[in-house]
Amino acid sequence: MIIAKTIDLFVYVGKMSFFIQKTVSGFIFKKKNLKTIFREMVSIGVDSLALVSLVSFFIGIIIAFQTAYQLKQLSAEIHIASLVALSVVRELGPVISSLIVAARCGASITAGIGSMKISEQIDALEVFAVNPINYLVVPKFIALIICMPILVIYADFLGILGGFLVGFTKFALQPNFYFNLTFEALGAKDIIGGLIKSVCFGGTIAFISCYEGFQPFSSTDVSKSVTNAVVRSFIMIIIFDCILTALFYFVVV
Amino acid sequence: MISIEKVFKQFDKKQVLKGVSFSVKRGETFLIIGRSGAGKSVLLKNILGLIRPDSGKIIINGVNITQLEDKALQKVRLQFGLVFQGSALFDFLTVEENVGFYFYQHTKDSKPVIRKKVKDTLALVGLEGIEDMYPYQLSGGMRKRVAIARAVIYNPDIIIYDEPTTGIDPIAVDKIVSLIENLHNQLSITSLVVTHDLEVGLKIADRLAFLLGGRMIFEGDKASLDATKDKRVIQFLKGSSAGPIKEMEV
Repeated sequence: MIIAKTIDLFVYVGKMSFFIQKTVSGFIFKKKNLKTIFREMVSIGVDSLALVSLVSFFIGIIIAFQTAYQLKQLSAEIHIASLVALSVVRELGPVISSLIVAARCGASITAGIGSMKISEQIDALEVFAVNPINYLVVPKFIALIICMPILVIYADFLGILGGFLVGFTKFALQPNFYFNLTFEALGAKDIIGGLIKSVCFGGTIAFISCYEGFQPFSSTDVSKSVTNAVVRSFIMIIIFDCILTALFYFVVV
Repeated sequence: MISIEKVFKQFDKKQVLKGVSFSVKRGETFLIIGRSGAGKSVLLKNILGLIRPDSGKIIINGVNITQLEDKALQKVRLQFGLVFQGSALFDFLTVEENVGFYFYQHTKDSKPVIRKKVKDTLALVGLEGIEDMYPYQLSGGMRKRVAIARAVIYNPDIIIYDEPTTGIDPIAVDKIVSLIENLHNQLSITSLVVTHDLEVGLKIADRLAFLLGGRMIFEGDKASLDATKDKRVIQFLKGSSAGPIKEMEV
């Protein structure tokens, strides 16, 4: 059982590596269809804005409440601003936005490609001598690695705004004072680190969601592929977050 | 034109094609009939190079495609126009973008030029004014005709119809059959039709072959079909459940 699972894992990693290699090769060498990329960006970026806004704003509020509760005992409520900013920009902005995009757009990408596969649309592309990876996967990959950093900047802003709402209403921290504290706490490394994470997570979502989309052989397999895509994206986002955080703050000091 | 020689294909432990051989001559309409699950779709995918046979030769216009690399295979594929069983129209593209897909992908023709070609081809299959609609807005019969338009628009050497009348109503079936006959007469294209619908197949075929359990058990014209003494073919023609063809053979 364990041996079979281990073999399956190696097979999966091998196939995925081959898939990533073909996608990156298409990304570098093939002509891009800007109209398709733009359509994907609208579908991934614009359509995720509402959910990212809602979640990020409330995450900012929640962190502010949680930190304020502890800091109040030390009479250090003014540190809410820096703690919210650092938590959101370094970790929660990139991770929460990526999880939302993986659940919302990644699932949709897998279901879309999966239904194309079982309705023979992928075969139709090949009959027209069109490479399905270049035609379907590369635009989604490009759209995701462009949209994710933009979504993360937006999520960071709304998270900080949520924190400010608590600081202003509950602790009477004035806007100028609050935002000065926020920007004093944030370094270029925090912002750039968050953005690098978002690009990595965007690529991860694209590879896993698209790869899983090509796996179904029947309509019943599509739902299984969608579940696999979301679960595996979540797991890989968390693992990459851990690796990148260690890299940014403990290896590259 | 198309020559298939002793093609074998196995999936896991199931031998789907067991030495299939037949040939299609230029300009004829060749029919492959057989029960569902007989290996017809697998045979088609082998002919198109979408999957490679375990052994045997598939010769298209003198080129054995089983030996070709992917790039060369792509060029061979463009000699085919394929009408898929479920139409396989791209659901995120309009009818115009579907029918003109070949030109959008492989030529630098301007949009108005492609739109004109699409309009003319849609008129050929009896459809007008649907260029800006999406596939989900069309009926099954209309989708089938759009799929035929998409397959013939770039004048391929060979058109393959995979179960062209499955899943559509009898009136639409009649329209599709007339359309296939008309296209064959007007464009003189070599056609390969794969179906389990014998009545439809016999209306349009010049010659036919019968695939059973991964083997071709009959190849010939309609006269030799009428004269055959093969009990399996006779059972299929009669549509009888009693006879030498058992479920195990499918």
